[in-house]
Amino acid sequence: MNTKIKDATIPTIAFQARLSRWFGRNLLRIYMIFGFTYLFIPVAYTFAFSFNDSGKSNLIWKGFTLDNWQNPCGAPQICDALGNSIKIGALATIFSTILGTLIAFAIGRYQFRGRSSSNLLIFLPMATPEIVLGASLLSLFLVFKINPGFWPTVIAHVVFCISFVVVTVKARIASLDPRLEQVAMDLYANELETFRRVTLPLVAPGIVGAALLAFSLSFDDFIITNFNSGTLITFPKFVYVAAARGIPAQANVIGSAMFFLALALVIAGQIVNRKKTR
Amino acid sequence: MPGDAIGARGDLRLTRITKSYGDFTAVDDLTLTIPKGSFFALLGPSGCGKTTTLRMVAGLEEPTVGSIHLGDTDITTTRPYQRPINTVFQNYALFPHLTIFENIAFGLRRRGIKDVKEQVDKVLTLVELPHLAERKPTQLSGGQQQRIALARAIVNRPALLLLDEPLGALDLKLRRQMQIELKWIQREVGLTFVHVTHDQEEAMTMADTIAVMNEGKIEQMGTPAHLYDNPQTAFVANFLGQSNLIKGKISGNDGDNLVIDLFGQKISMPKARSHAIDNSLYAGIRPEKFRITRTGSAARGNTLTGGRIEDVSYIGVSTQYVVAMPWGQELMVFEQNDDGVPPFNKGEEVVISWEPDFTFGLRGDEDIEAGTEVSPEEIQE
Repeated sequence: MNTKIKDATIPTIAFQARLSRWFGRNLLRIYMIFGFTYLFIPVAYTFAFSFNDSGKSNLIWKGFTLDNWQNPCGAPQICDALGNSIKIGALATIFSTILGTLIAFAIGRYQFRGRSSSNLLIFLPMATPEIVLGASLLSLFLVFKINPGFWPTVIAHVVFCISFVVVTVKARIASLDPRLEQVAMDLYANELETFRRVTLPLVAPGIVGAALLAFSLSFDDFIITNFNSGTLITFPKFVYVAAARGIPAQANVIGSAMFFLALALVIAGQIVNRKKTR
Repeated sequence: MPGDAIGARGDLRLTRITKSYGDFTAVDDLTLTIPKGSFFALLGPSGCGKTTTLRMVAGLEEPTVGSIHLGDTDITTTRPYQRPINTVFQNYALFPHLTIFENIAFGLRRRGIKDVKEQVDKVLTLVELPHLAERKPTQLSGGQQQRIALARAIVNRPALLLLDEPLGALDLKLRRQMQIELKWIQREVGLTFVHVTHDQEEAMTMADTIAVMNEGKIEQMGTPAHLYDNPQTAFVANFLGQSNLIKGKISGNDGDNLVIDLFGQKISMPKARSHAIDNSLYAGIRPEKFRITRTGSAARGNTLTGGRIEDVSYIGVSTQYVVAMPWGQELMVFEQNDDGVPPFNKGEEVVISWEPDFTFGLRGDEDIEAGTEVSPEEIQE
């Protein structure tokens, strides 16, 4: 298609200039490739070693096998731990999303006494070092004579997830044009219908995002969980304990599976979104 | 009963409405009747209380005191969704998550109407955008969004349609076109339109009746021609077009006319057009009512001598002159370029004349700068 013009009278651009121009154009791309490599090497490593025929310790490559994927619960306790983490994550997500969304609406939409201080306080769990938060929650539970275990862990997770939910949902509410609700009321929708038909659908992406964030924060939390879970084994705790004598390849399987699940969710979300705006 | 409000029809009556926010009074003891079926404009500069008035009629604000009636129904405190009133908001505010079709159907569906297709299609045809039904608002241009916002309101056939600076975000050419279309649609659907604007030209083009608002009060109300020809206050005289206001004294009577002394020169004007309360008055004359003649040649009607052309701007259909008068005031004169008289030159000595009936008289204690400092194009509320 592109016929090359060979004409000696056209001055050529010096090689050096062309090189620097190419570099200028592609600098961002090169930088991006480095960036993504840096981010994804650990993920790729985890994924690759989930196929390792490792036996006990999964540090050295010993050969390819699908055994780990066919039997992810093969390592003792691993699936109990996973089940606990999913249960805790789900409960913490539900509670923190509901509470956090309500708080976000209150702070984002209404003027009341103590609004700015609540705004500040809600950030506190985010800013507190996890070790401090975990230890103080434990002593709080002990004061109330509650033994560490499943529910104290859920409560602890709700505490730190709420902050993230509030921040995420509040950002979405702030970007919402309050006139849209006035328009809805002007068009015969009462308060409840306005919330259901206009406010909620427009804030929903923020709420979904907040819920996903809450789940992933809860799922991989170790420090706070370690203080408050007592003898209960969660997935991060399992991995931590196992690390002392060699992490089983099944942990890589579960880790990789979680990663791909999250990736699938994000891609599905993008597709739905694109369809909606079309 | 609020349930009855939705079926209310008739004239809109605002009775002694005041709206205060703390110490600030946005609307001050306003009484106004808007007849059914009219195209009514509330015109005024930013912060004059016109949008607040509109929001009270829509139900988005409640008056501090006073009452609002639609026909015989008191709607002062009914919720916005209980009023047969719809609003076209500034910047349209279409629902971004709904298609154009669903945006328009929103009001119908909320009132429990199941079969909305026919009505939505009809109103989409009225605004000439039937092909956009399945699009999302973000895919539309400003002008298209404006029409959809209008369609979304009129599909409900409200007793009253409120338009809050509906054309403010459009460019000049599109605005002109939409002005004509809005007027046409109003006649077509026969609804009462209440239009809030700071653009005097827009108000004059579209409205049957204009109420000029300033600082929470109505300065004057009437047809566009009446407001322009016989303004009662300096604010109205300056806000609607340009005016020459010359300080004078009432020195006598001549039948139905008053004799006015303007810096030693006598003119006359109809008594009925004077709004002065004592002997001092400002004689007001619109720039296009003036005629210019060379000193020495005959001039009819009221005349003022001793003028000198200070500045000439030729703008095609007319020529604008600034004429310096002996008492130091500069008068604005617009002359049509239709009489074959060559334009006057800077520095020429001229006589200014006009028909006495075109004069209007304002109170002598008026602030003649009122309403001039507002540049309507720059205001964004």
